[in-house]
Amino acid sequence: MFPAAFNYLRAHNPDEAFAFLQQHGAEARVLAGGQSLIPAMRFRLARPGVLVDINAVREFAYLRNDAQALAIGPIARDSEIERAPWIRERRWSLIYDVSRVVADPVVRQMGTIVGSLCHNDPSGDWAAAALASRAEVDVRGTGGTRKVKIDDFLVDSFTAAVGEGEMATGVRFRVADEATAGSYQKLERKVGDFATAAAAVQVSLNSDGTIREAGIALSAAGPCAVRVEEAERALVGRKPTGDAIRAAADAAERKSAPQADLRGSVEYKKHLAGVLVARGLRQAFARLGVQS
Amino acid sequence: MKVSVKVNGVTYERDVEPRTLLAYFLREDCGLTGAHVGCDTSSCGCCVVVVDGARAVKSCTMFAAQADGHEVLTVEGLAQAGTLHPLQQGFWDQHGLQCGFCTPGMLLTSYALLQQNATPSETDIREGLAGNLCRCTGYQNIVKAVQQASGQLPAAVAAAS
Repeated sequence: MFPAAFNYLRAHNPDEAFAFLQQHGAEARVLAGGQSLIPAMRFRLARPGVLVDINAVREFAYLRNDAQALAIGPIARDSEIERAPWIRERRWSLIYDVSRVVADPVVRQMGTIVGSLCHNDPSGDWAAAALASRAEVDVRGTGGTRKVKIDDFLVDSFTAAVGEGEMATGVRFRVADEATAGSYQKLERKVGDFATAAAAVQVSLNSDGTIREAGIALSAAGPCAVRVEEAERALVGRKPTGDAIRAAADAAERKSAPQADLRGSVEYKKHLAGVLVARGLRQAFARLGVQS
Repeated sequence: MKVSVKVNGVTYERDVEPRTLLAYFLREDCGLTGAHVGCDTSSCGCCVVVVDGARAVKSCTMFAAQADGHEVLTVEGLAQAGTLHPLQQGFWDQHGLQCGFCTPGMLLTSYALLQQNATPSETDIREGLAGNLCRCTGYQNIVKAVQQASGQLPAAVAAAS
């Protein structure tokens, strides 16, 4: 199983990478971690004529956590996120959870979050987390770099809002306050498998204990990761009670539109969506010291 | 295209197609058959090698072209001057293998694990090796082998267990 033949171009700086992409347009694909792209090429599901390898572009390796945002570059590896000392802070608990369950620990040493978002696999883990935490993706095009809300970035199965000759140059997560926690709940048959069902949640509390913000998203529940707005609405303004959690979970179960496969039936996966949202919310609230 | 890869300290300059995967480059172009191709789809971990000192990589899911100018460590490079690497000795002492097919990948993943964490807990080891499949051992002795190599289990335990 060898990929179809292609031309390999190694970029050494962002401008060179961008120039290669401009030059080769629809023929070209960016090679970052390659942990999804290379298998897809081997199965001939992808046949790019040109690969632009960005692994030598130092400017793309950033993993920055400053006052405004957690910013992750296109060749920052999932394993680096997992090992970052500050990732254990409660406010990053959703991101930390995901960093420990994406693929397997060897794949994570190459795999990247930005690549995962661009690949937009219906069962990918990062897309749901990005939705729940309202991330933004930087997309560089001919007119400069634009900020794309993750909801607009995730277009459809294996399709993201990166056009011909463009590239995603980073993903940013807003720094949440102290009263924020999240959780990622993934049911997988075995390590390294795609999710049978998965739920990403992130909540922020007001000082009176009511829920100020809520982000709820599902993976493996449709053409690509999906935000459950009804579940978010069911939570905001309320106290983190069992009733509120049940309402959110029910909304998630309704929203989930999975496909039946070896991992389970539609009915089973829809049920799981609700169960995992409830579980995630209880864990997120527990991380905030609230029993629900 | 021309690539130059330093494998186990030796530079290999070869002319390869861009689509040549690192595992096949090592096996067929360098004659180093220690990296085994198991599933060929990044699931089993038998082909793991270490790139640039501390990163474990499934060599079936990386192009040789990507390794151009980089350093690769394979199982052939672990033993020094006829002396087994502590990890290899651990696998020997603790019976961390049966058929041996997964062993090179287990060793190299463990090598990278110990580079990143010199004294991993049992949980760290089990989690760290979760991307490597073994169909023989049931993993217990593989975990013990890594514990021995990291100085957390005396080699003498081998004889008793």
